[in-house]
Amino acid sequence: MILARVVGSVVSTIKEVRLEGIKFLLLEKIDINTLKGKKDYIVAMDAVGAGEGEIVFFVGGSSSRQTEITNGKPSDATIIAIVDSFDIKGKTVYSKSRIEM
Amino acid sequence: MILARVAGSIVATIRSDGIEGSRYLIVEPCGSSGKTGSSGIAAGIAALDLIGAAPGELVLVSQGSSARQTEVSKDKPIDAVIIGIVDSVEENGKVVF
Repeated sequence: MILARVVGSVVSTIKEVRLEGIKFLLLEKIDINTLKGKKDYIVAMDAVGAGEGEIVFFVGGSSSRQTEITNGKPSDATIIAIVDSFDIKGKTVYSKSRIEM
Repeated sequence: MILARVAGSIVATIRSDGIEGSRYLIVEPCGSSGKTGSSGIAAGIAALDLIGAAPGELVLVSQGSSARQTEVSKDKPIDAVIIGIVDSVEENGKVVF
């Protein structure tokens, strides 16, 4: 799974029939030490209800079709968790509650 | 599998993997001697920890669909799992880790 920030959403009207009702989000992969975007973007299906600005991690390849939302759908990237916080070498690098306060 | 160094841990309450009791760790891919990349950009992978690895340890990470071949991650949306803690690495007859 790769850590990324939700930077936007993607809307598509004309799409494969099985994709009806699925939300697409635009993700930018991040540097885990600085939280800065790496200018490396990916569109992922959302299985958790993530919002813009949140740090999430997504699963790629055939594993991305193993959620209830994406089962049987042509997904190759699915957001499976919203990150509350993470630490590197014992130091908290990111904490969602701190940003919201 | 790749060799990786455990850099830290992740807390995530909202998740759709249906897995309870396992946590995610951030791992950084590294060379055989355990040195992580010198590129300056930290490439972190979030991996499901099945064995209780600790930050700083060198671990084996299995990726892709192979990551679902464990009892915990079977049929779950997981593409990276920590499957072992490395005790030592030998390269060309020399113990490098």
